[in-house]
Amino acid sequence: MMNRRKKRVIVGMSGGVDSSMTAALLKEEGYDVIGVTLQVWPSGDAPGQKGCCTITEIDDARRVAYQLGIPYYVMNFRTYFEEHVVDYFTGAYVRGETPNPCLACNRYVKFTELWRKAQGLGADYVATGHYARICQDQERGRWILAKGLDASKDQSYALYMLTQEQLSHILLPLGEYRKARIREMARQLGLSVVADKPDSQEICFVPDRDYAGFILRRKPEAARPGNFVDRQGTVLGRHQGILHYTVGQRKGLGVTFAKPMFVIGLDAEHDEVILGENDQTYTQTLWAMDMNWIAIPALTGPLPVTAKIRYRAAEAEAVVSAEMSDSAGCVQVDFSQRQRAVTPGQAVVFYQGNRVLGGGTIISDPLGRKKRIPFSV
Amino acid sequence: MQRVYMDHSATTPVASEVIEAMLPYFSEKYGNPSSVHSFGREAKVALEEARGQVAALIGANPEEITFTSGGTEADNLAIFGAAAAYTKKGRHLITTAIEHHAVLESFEYLEKNGYELTILPVDAEGIISLAELEKALRPDTILISVMHANNEVGSIQPIAEIGALAKERGIWFHVDAVQSLGKLPIAVQEMHVDLLTVSGHKIYGPKGIGALYARKGVRLDARAFGGGQEKKRRSGTENLPGIVGFGKACELAGAHLAAEAQRLQKLRDQLLQGIIDRIPYVKINGPVGDQRLPNNVNVSIQYVEGESLLLSLDMVGIAASSGSACTSGSLDPSHVLLAMGLPHEIAHGSLRFSLGTQNSAEEVDYVLDHLPQIVERLRVMSPLYDAVKQQSTAK
Repeated sequence: MMNRRKKRVIVGMSGGVDSSMTAALLKEEGYDVIGVTLQVWPSGDAPGQKGCCTITEIDDARRVAYQLGIPYYVMNFRTYFEEHVVDYFTGAYVRGETPNPCLACNRYVKFTELWRKAQGLGADYVATGHYARICQDQERGRWILAKGLDASKDQSYALYMLTQEQLSHILLPLGEYRKARIREMARQLGLSVVADKPDSQEICFVPDRDYAGFILRRKPEAARPGNFVDRQGTVLGRHQGILHYTVGQRKGLGVTFAKPMFVIGLDAEHDEVILGENDQTYTQTLWAMDMNWIAIPALTGPLPVTAKIRYRAAEAEAVVSAEMSDSAGCVQVDFSQRQRAVTPGQAVVFYQGNRVLGGGTIISDPLGRKKRIPFSV
Repeated sequence: MQRVYMDHSATTPVASEVIEAMLPYFSEKYGNPSSVHSFGREAKVALEEARGQVAALIGANPEEITFTSGGTEADNLAIFGAAAAYTKKGRHLITTAIEHHAVLESFEYLEKNGYELTILPVDAEGIISLAELEKALRPDTILISVMHANNEVGSIQPIAEIGALAKERGIWFHVDAVQSLGKLPIAVQEMHVDLLTVSGHKIYGPKGIGALYARKGVRLDARAFGGGQEKKRRSGTENLPGIVGFGKACELAGAHLAAEAQRLQKLRDQLLQGIIDRIPYVKINGPVGDQRLPNNVNVSIQYVEGESLLLSLDMVGIAASSGSACTSGSLDPSHVLLAMGLPHEIAHGSLRFSLGTQNSAEEVDYVLDHLPQIVERLRVMSPLYDAVKQQSTAK
């Protein structure tokens, strides 16, 4: 008989197939599993909406937990989520950035606040259904984050901000599986409520994808119309407010031009949307700050890497180097091939092979304009 | 694992005598009380016997009892029914800040639809002031609704005094007595109560059954129309097994009321004292002594979240509650504690134990064995508690 108690793990369960199977796999491995759904947003706001904290999703998570025979709780993270994710999201748009709220949620809600509450329940680990892998480098003792086995589902990008301490108590069992296999196992286990659910795509608190409408309901003062201008500052027309636009956007500008025009920059100070032709959306260099390094303790010299400038972007060859003039951890990234629509507010994540080297928040646009961001992911 | 149920204000197990009384009414005596044949007649007899049992527990006449699907429906019938029937007399309504949502939300709906509403505040112990009530009364006031005992903090309101005041002014007086039924003596005549809500599943009866007492002479517009059952106040075929069970539960509650209240009060004080003795930085919410329900313990354990406490207690088999659970099961700070003037963060750390028949002194000890450890573990992680401890050792 074992004289040590089983290791306890809190699994964040959303009511989807990935987090359900995370709980199932850990239970099978012999962990003492507790399922938790994070209620992050008032439920039932708009009837019929689909998002991560609707009553239906919670009911599904509860049913799976019951089927697996594990304790299950709904925990209230509403105030915390509003402060660290929703306010950041709206604030970033107003500043002319394009934020990724899922990264903020991972960083502050799931792997900070949920972990804090998990410890209160005596947990040794917290687990999520992300497709990525964590292991320890035996020689150097560092915790390593690597891509998931299923390259098409890899979610390591969304975890680049994890610290060594956090990595040491996170379990990501799905990293070893392909998505199709996960669905198959869910069916075999009789988890029929979740096995064939479609993957969630949208931002959970804006299920209708109308970000501008959402921001304007919370911050009506953000509705500030301004000018479309070109690189030289020539006025090309009027727009309804910079929060309706994102770098690289072509459709929905509300004005027709002789040539196809794209957003190549947003100037919140002057409420200007800078437009250019397709060629001007490309740039060879970007800058990023608020860096987190995983595979290395710090960046000491230029490193060849592959870099991803947004979640769905392909990796591209680049050299990352510390910006000399800077002590705030700002880096410069020089790509071998020009990149389209480098967007301030998004994360750039660096890889060496399958390993995540680290990452940070992009602070420059296709025009090469750099801006310090006071609060970022 | 041992399991200890201390959430009787949420619901209670059905007593075996109650189940036994109900059983024949599922498949033997299944008649519809409205039918003329022998099946109908035996059902009708049972219906009226149960009505008598419910009436007896609160000192009412049987014909003053209307069966409903539960406390919520009875509250709704009293409030909407009286508001609609007396709208020509006036449109002013009075209630308190600590009512159950079945009452508060009904009034808030009326307020949005042409009525005026005064919500009385409560003091730090959760009790309203008669002087405040008197000030709020107006010539066009048609209804006052004040709960007998609060479901969260157990505070008992001065019902007889309020009733006297209402009677003097000719204003109808509704009392939500869901939590006090079977725990405190209720006498609708002496207390001058005109409308009173009761529920089955809080007194070891089945879920899905409740009743509204309405004094003879009080007009209530119906909320459900149809076959005209329950004197046209509540149409729909009667839930006879539930009604029979509720009647039996009322009979049992009446028989054991005094002795059980005394027993529960002892357990309550043992638990309350034990918590205060073993855990620092604890605040008792609600009054102490006779102003409090005999089975209610509500404490705010500072520097700990109520949610974490509840979950940790559940993991050692102890069922308690905190705040009011919303549909999804996650928790908001209680409107009752906020109305009593508790700061948000202290309201968040509240914990309610509500005792019942099967609880014993051993079970109270079980809770007292586990709760201090859980609190200590959770406090270790609280930066706020760290600061407080350092301050107190520095002194």
